Amino acid sequence: MKRNLIKIVLTAGLLAVSITSCRRNLILTPNNALTSQQVFSTPAGYTEAMAKVYGSFALTGNIGGAGSGDIAGIDEGTSDFWRLYWNCEELTTDEAVITYGDPGVQDLHNMVWSASNAISQGLYYRSLYQITLCNNFIQQSTDELLASRGITGADATNIRFYRAEARFLRAYQYWVLLDIFGNPPFVTDATEIGSVIPPQTTRPALFAYIESELKAIDGLLQPPNKNLYGRADQGAEWALLARLYLNAQVYTGTARYTDAITYAQKVITSGAYVMIPKFINLMLADDNINSGSVQSGGGSTGEFIFTINYDGIKTQGYGGSQYLTHAPVGGSMPVTSFGIAGGYAGSRTTANIIALFPTPPTTSTANFPNNNNPDTRAEFWYPGQNLVINNVTSFTDGLGVNKFRNVTSLGAQGSSPTYCDVDLPLFRLPEQYLIYAEAVLRGGTGGDAATALNYFNLIRTRAYGGSLTGNITAPQLTLQIILDERARELFWEGFRRTDLIRYGLFTNGTYLWPFKGGAINGSAVPDYRQLFPIPSLDLTANPNLIQNPGY
Amino acid sequence: MSTNISFAQTATITGKVVDETNAPLPGAVVTIKGTQKGATTDVTGSFRITGVANGAVTVQVNFIGYQPIEKSLTVSGNATVNFSLVPGQQDLNEVVVIGYGSALKKDLTGAISTVTAKDFNTGVVTTPEELIQGKVAGVSITTNGGAPGAGSVIRIRGGASLNGLSDPLIVIDGVPLTSDGIAGAASPLDLINPNDIESFSILKDASAAAIYGNRGSNGVIIITTKKGQSGKPQVNFSTQFSAGVLPKEAPILSAAQFRAYITANDTTTAKQYINLLGNANTDWQKQIYQTSFSTDNNLSISGSAGKLPYRVSVGYTENNGILKTSDMDRYSANINLSPSLFTDHLKINFNFIGSQVKQRFANQGAIGSANSFNPTLPVYSGNSNFGGFYQLLDPTSTDGLKALAPLNPLGLLEQENNSSTVYRAITSLALDYKVHFFPDLHVIVNASYDGSNGQGTDVIPANAASQYPGTPDANGVDQQGNNSRYKSVQGNSTLEGDLSYSHDFKSIKSKVTALAGYSQQVFSTTATNYLSYFANGEVNPSSVFNYPTAISQYDLASFYGRVTYGYDDKYLLSGSMREDISTRFAPGIRTGYFPAGSAAWVISREDFLKDNTTLSNLKLRLGYGVTGNQGGIGDYDYLADYSLSNTGAQYQFGNSYYQAYRPGAFYPGRTWEQSATTNAAIDYGFLNERITGSLDFYLQKTSKLLATIPQSAGTNFSNQITGNVGNMQEKGVELNINARIIDKKDISWSVGLNATLNRNEITNLTAVVTPNFPGLPVGGIAGGLSNDIQIDQVGLPKNTFYTLQAVYGANGKPIEGVFVDKNNDGVINNLDLNAGQSPDAREYFGFNSEIRIKKWNAGFVSRASLGNYVYNNLASSTGIQRNFINPLGIIENGSSNVLASGLTGNGGNDVLSDYYIQNASFFKMDNIHIGYSFGKIIKNTNNLSISANVQNVFTITKYTGVDPEVFGGIDNNQYPRPRTYALGLNLSL
Repeated sequence: MKRNLIKIVLTAGLLAVSITSCRRNLILTPNNALTSQQVFSTPAGYTEAMAKVYGSFALTGNIGGAGSGDIAGIDEGTSDFWRLYWNCEELTTDEAVITYGDPGVQDLHNMVWSASNAISQGLYYRSLYQITLCNNFIQQSTDELLASRGITGADATNIRFYRAEARFLRAYQYWVLLDIFGNPPFVTDATEIGSVIPPQTTRPALFAYIESELKAIDGLLQPPNKNLYGRADQGAEWALLARLYLNAQVYTGTARYTDAITYAQKVITSGAYVMIPKFINLMLADDNINSGSVQSGGGSTGEFIFTINYDGIKTQGYGGSQYLTHAPVGGSMPVTSFGIAGGYAGSRTTANIIALFPTPPTTSTANFPNNNNPDTRAEFWYPGQNLVINNVTSFTDGLGVNKFRNVTSLGAQGSSPTYCDVDLPLFRLPEQYLIYAEAVLRGGTGGDAATALNYFNLIRTRAYGGSLTGNITAPQLTLQIILDERARELFWEGFRRTDLIRYGLFTNGTYLWPFKGGAINGSAVPDYRQLFPIPSLDLTANPNLIQNPGY
Repeated sequence: MSTNISFAQTATITGKVVDETNAPLPGAVVTIKGTQKGATTDVTGSFRITGVANGAVTVQVNFIGYQPIEKSLTVSGNATVNFSLVPGQQDLNEVVVIGYGSALKKDLTGAISTVTAKDFNTGVVTTPEELIQGKVAGVSITTNGGAPGAGSVIRIRGGASLNGLSDPLIVIDGVPLTSDGIAGAASPLDLINPNDIESFSILKDASAAAIYGNRGSNGVIIITTKKGQSGKPQVNFSTQFSAGVLPKEAPILSAAQFRAYITANDTTTAKQYINLLGNANTDWQKQIYQTSFSTDNNLSISGSAGKLPYRVSVGYTENNGILKTSDMDRYSANINLSPSLFTDHLKINFNFIGSQVKQRFANQGAIGSANSFNPTLPVYSGNSNFGGFYQLLDPTSTDGLKALAPLNPLGLLEQENNSSTVYRAITSLALDYKVHFFPDLHVIVNASYDGSNGQGTDVIPANAASQYPGTPDANGVDQQGNNSRYKSVQGNSTLEGDLSYSHDFKSIKSKVTALAGYSQQVFSTTATNYLSYFANGEVNPSSVFNYPTAISQYDLASFYGRVTYGYDDKYLLSGSMREDISTRFAPGIRTGYFPAGSAAWVISREDFLKDNTTLSNLKLRLGYGVTGNQGGIGDYDYLADYSLSNTGAQYQFGNSYYQAYRPGAFYPGRTWEQSATTNAAIDYGFLNERITGSLDFYLQKTSKLLATIPQSAGTNFSNQITGNVGNMQEKGVELNINARIIDKKDISWSVGLNATLNRNEITNLTAVVTPNFPGLPVGGIAGGLSNDIQIDQVGLPKNTFYTLQAVYGANGKPIEGVFVDKNNDGVINNLDLNAGQSPDAREYFGFNSEIRIKKWNAGFVSRASLGNYVYNNLASSTGIQRNFINPLGIIENGSSNVLASGLTGNGGNDVLSDYYIQNASFFKMDNIHIGYSFGKIIKNTNNLSISANVQNVFTITKYTGVDPEVFGGIDNNQYPRPRTYALGLNLSL
C-alpha cells in the first residue's frame, strides 16, 4: 500500500514536471495577428506592409479616426505626421496662431518650448517611428529574402520599387529630423531592430547621408510621374534633393546652390508636371486630379509631385488635411463652404501675412474664398475677425483662412464631413520654380536670371488668374520678394519656419510678428531656438544622445 | 452489577447553545475536552453527548465567529449544561484560511487579517469588497463612484506596481480569479452575491502571500463562502428595501446666478451672449438624478440530507442608480455540498456560484453636460426634433446643431440604451483524502472553472443629437443612429494537486506541517467582433473587422511548498517557496522563484508572562518574502506580430486602397516584476482578549518594476513600453485595536479602530541614470487634449501632482496667467512645473462601534483619510469666464468657482495651476444602523430581526467638489455615490 502511494506520488510528480517543462517553452499566439514570416510570404503581404510604411504619414494608428495609435504620450488625434510637422513649421511663425490649450501648443507661438514639448516630442517620435518602419521593410525585402520566399518576376520588380521608395521615405523623414532637430539618433537597416542603442548623428553627417541615399536610389525609382498615385518616384527624389541643397548653408555651413538649381531644373524640365490653371482648386477634396500621376483617377497633368493621401472614408484621422480644414473654421465662417460638419475654432493668420497681398476690393462673404482679390491666393475670411491679435486664444483675433476646404472643385462636400478627402502635397512644382530662382539669386550656377524671372512670373500669372498684372520685372526679383512669394504661394504648406531660418529672420529682432517670443508685438528670442531640442524622454532612454545647445 | 458499573461509569450530557440574543445556535460544535466525544447542536441549539466517562469533564463549545466557551463540571450520570456564546473578536483559536490551507490564528506568522460575517458592513452592499470597507488596516477600498455594481479599487498596502497590475489577487473557495474585467459587467466582483460570503482572509505581507507567488505582490484576498451544516434544514430569508438620493449637487451656478453672471460679463456691443439667455430656470442636475429604489432578497437553506451537508441559496438584487437610466438586476444561486466518505477520510467540497446580471449603463457624459448646459433653457423644445429635447442650434450648420456645444443632458440619458447581460459561474470541486494508513498525510485535488459570458448592445436612435453630424456609410452618405453589440467569453480553469502533512510531536512539543503542490491555470478570453449598424439598418463601415474574434490566452504553471514548525506553541517558523512559469514571458525568462520565511515568538507563553492576567497574548512576528507580478500586461507582447488596420485606416496607391500591416511593439526581455517585503509586527491581547490587536511595520521594495517608460527612438515599433525598469517602495505602519468594552449577556459594546500610514516612493525610473529627468507625466485631465496633471518622478510618490505655482493678488485671488518662474529663465513653460501633493492618503483610519442592549443593536462604521489631495477638474475646466462666455459663440454653465477665482481662462496654462489642487482629507460616516431582534415570534420560527441603515451619512471635508473620495485624485464628473436609506428584515426558520 505504501509502495503504491509512493508510485502514485512519483507518477503525479513526474507528470507535473513534464507538463511544466512543456509550459517552459510553450508559445501561445494570437488568433488575429501574423508573424513577420507570414506577412512577408506573399506579394500582397508586402503591399500591405508597404501600405503601413506610406500610411503612417497620413494615419495615426490602425483604426480609422483614432483608437489604436502608433505613438504613445500624445493625444492620438494630434499624433499624425503632418499635423505635428505643420505645428512646428507654422505655429512658430507669422503664418498661424491657434486658440488651443493642448499641451505645448501655445509654447510654440511664444517660442518658449522646452525639451518635453508635447508637439516637437510627438514629431520626433513619429519621424523615427516611420524610419523604423522603413528599416524593417528594407530588411524584409532584400533580393535574397525575395528569392527564398519564391517571389519572382513582376512581383519581385514591384517589391524592389517598394524597397527604393522605403529608402526615399526614410531619407525624407531624416530630412525632417535634420531640419527640425539637427542631430537626431541614427538607425538604418544595417542593424537588427532593437539590437543597438542608436548613436547620435550630426547635421553635416546626416546631410551627407540623405544626399547619398537619394542619389543611390535614383536609378531604382520609377521615372517622374510614372508611379502609382501616392507613391514616390524620381520626381520626388529630385525635389527633395533640391530642397536639401537650398538649405545646405543652414544644415552644414556650406552652400550648395548650384546643386539646388540642378535638381530643381531636373524636376521642372522633366515635363512631368505643370501648374493647374486655378490656384483655389489646389487644396480641395478632389485635388488628386491636380497630380500629374498618369495612373491616378484624375487627369494626367498636374503640379503635385508627391502627396500624403487622405480619404474621408478609407483613410480617416484628425490630423493632416482634416486638421487644416476643421481647425481654421469658426466665428462666422460657414461650415458648408468648407464641407465639414463643424469647425474647431482654432487657427488663424496674422496681419503680417495679410500685408503681403493686395487689399481686396471687398471683404464681404459674397466672394468666397478670396474676396475677389487680384491675387487669387489671398483666401482669407474677414467678417467678425479682427486683423490685430490681442489674444491668441480668442478665435476672432486674426483673420480666418479659406485655403483648405473639404469640397470638390464643383462645390460638393467631401466624402465625410467629419474626416477629409484633401490630399496634401509634400512637393509641388511651384516650390521648385522658387528654389531655382532663389538659388540663382544666391549665386548658384547652372541657371540664369532670365529663367528664374520666367519661373517666378509663371507663378504670378497663375496667381493672378492668368493676368500678367502681377508679373514683376528683372530688377524686382530680389531675395525678399522670393521669401514673400513663398509665403504667398506656399502659405500654410509647412515651409515658413525653414524659410525664415534660411533668411536669418526666425529668431532675431530684425523681423517680428504678433506674439513672437510671447510679446504682443513680437520680440527676439535666442538663436538656439532655430533647432528644436532632442526630447528629454529620449535622453533618458538613449545614453548616446547629447542635447542641442541652449536647452 | 455490570450494568450498574457501566451506568456509573458513563454519563450523558445534554444542553442548549444560544447566541447573544438568546437565539439558538445550530451547528455549534460541542466537545468533551481531551476526548473524541462530541456533538453538533441541532436546529434548536440542543446537543446530546453520550458515553461520557463520569468524573470531572470540561465541555467546550466552538462556533465560527464566536468565542469558544468552556465549562468544567463533574458528571455522574446525566447532566445538563447550557451555553450562551458571545461573538468573538480576535480569537486565537479561530481557524484562519491561509493560502492552500488553514491555520489557527495563534499559529500564524504572517500578516493576515480576517473579517467574518458577523463583522461585515451592513446596509446596501452590492459587491463583496464593500463588506469590509474600512475594516482592515492596510486595505484601502475606494468605490468607483455610485453607479450600480461599479465595484471598487482595492489597494493593499498601496499596491506594488506602477504600470503593472496593482489589484490584489482574489481567491474564492480556492479558485484564483482572473484580474481581467468582464465585458458588460461594471465590475467582475458584482457577479458575486455578498450574502453568500462567510469570511475574508487578507494576506498582506509577502511571507503570507508568497505561496501565491506569481500573483501575490499586491496581496491576496481569500473569500470563503458559506457552507452547509449538519442537522435539520435551516432556512434563512432576508430582504431589504432601500432608497438612494443624491447627497450633494455639483457646485455650479444656479439659473439666477448664471443669468447675473452672463449679464455682468457680456461686453459685446451687440449683447451677443446676453441674447442667448432663455427664460427657463432648469436645474439640470435635478433632471438627470432621481431617487432610486432598490431591493435585495436572499433565501438560503442549509442542512444535511442524510450524510450530505448542503447549503443552497438564491438571491435577487435590484439596484437602481440615482443617475437616470442606470440599473442593475442580479440573480444569483449558490450551491455547496460537502459530503465526507470513508469515515471522514475523504472530504468532498463542491461549490457552485452562479449569477446573471442584467445591467443598463447610463451615459455618464450626462453628468458633465448637466454641469455645462445653459440653465436658462428648457428641457424640451416643444417640437419633435432631436427627440423633443432642447438642443443648441446653429442655422448655418448642415445638421442644424451648434457644433461642439454641450448636448441636452437628459437627452443623452434617455436616448441611449446600453444594456448588457452577463453570466458567471464559478465551480469548484475539492477532494481531500486523508490517507488511511497514514492519516497525517492528506492528498488534495482541486479542480475549478471560472467562466463568464458577457454581452450587450448599445442602441441610440437616429434622432439623438449625439448622432450628428453622423458617420459616413459605405457610399459616403452621413447616417445617424447606432446599434452595436459586444460579447466576451472568459474561462479560467485551475487544476491543483497538493500533498499536505501535519503532525503534532507531543513528546518533543513540536508541531510540523508540510505542503507541496502543483497548480496549473489556463486563462482565455474570446471577444467577438460584431458589425455596428446605423438606425436605417446599414452597416457602419468603421465596424468592419478583419477577424471575427479576438482570443487571448495565457497559462500559468506552478510548484509550491511550505513547511511550518512550532515548538511548544511558543516559537513558530514558516518557510515557503513557489516556482511560477508564465507564458506571458519569453521562454527562458518566464520562470520566477518566490521564497518567503517568517518566524514568530509567542512571548506571552513564556514563563515570566504566563500568569500575567492583564496581558493575555503577546506575539512578535517577523517575515520576509518575495512575490511576483505579471498582471496588467499583454499575453503575447514578447512576440513580434503584425496586425492589419481596419477599413477606415487604409492607404491609397493609385486607384486602390490597401489595409496596412502594422508591426507591433515587442518586448522580448520582459519578465516578472518582483516585490520583496519585510514585515515586523506585534500581536497583542489584554484582559483575556477583551482588547486585541496588532501593530505591523512593513517595507516593500519592488524591483524590475513594470513601468511604462520611453523606448529609445528608432529601436522598436513603439516609443513607450511597459518594461522592467525602475524601483519603487512602500513603507508603512498598520495598527488594529478591537475592544469589547462591555461584554455582558444583555449588554455589550465593542469598538474597532484601525489606522494605516503608508508612504510610497519611486526610487528609480530610468534604464540610464539621468539626474535631471523630470519623470513621466500621467493623470490626464479634461481641458485641452491630453493635458496631464501628475508625474511619476524619482523620489516622490507615484502620481504626484505636477503643477504651475499660482501667484495670488492682494485680494487673495490667483492672478490671471501669472505663475512662479521656477527656473528663472524668463518664460513660463513645463520646466516651471512643480511636483507637489499626492492624491494618495498619507494616513487613513477606520473606526466602528457596535452596541447591543438586549434585543436592540446599533452601530456605525466610519472612515477618515488624511493628506489626500484632489485636482478639482470641474472647477479648472468650467470655472473660468471663457467657459461661460464661450468663444464658440455660446454660453455654458460651469463651476461656481468662477465667482471666487475671477479667472478668464484665456491663458493656456490655467488648467495646470496648483490653485485647483485641494486638500481632500475627509471623515466619512459610511453607515449608521440600528436593529431589533424579536427572537422566536411564532412557532417554527427561530428568529426575526429587523434593521434600519443609512449609508454615506455625512462627509466632513474642506474639499469644495462633490466628493473628496476620488481614486487617482482627478475629480471630473464622477458618478456621485448615493446616500441610501435601507430597511431590512431577516427571518430564520
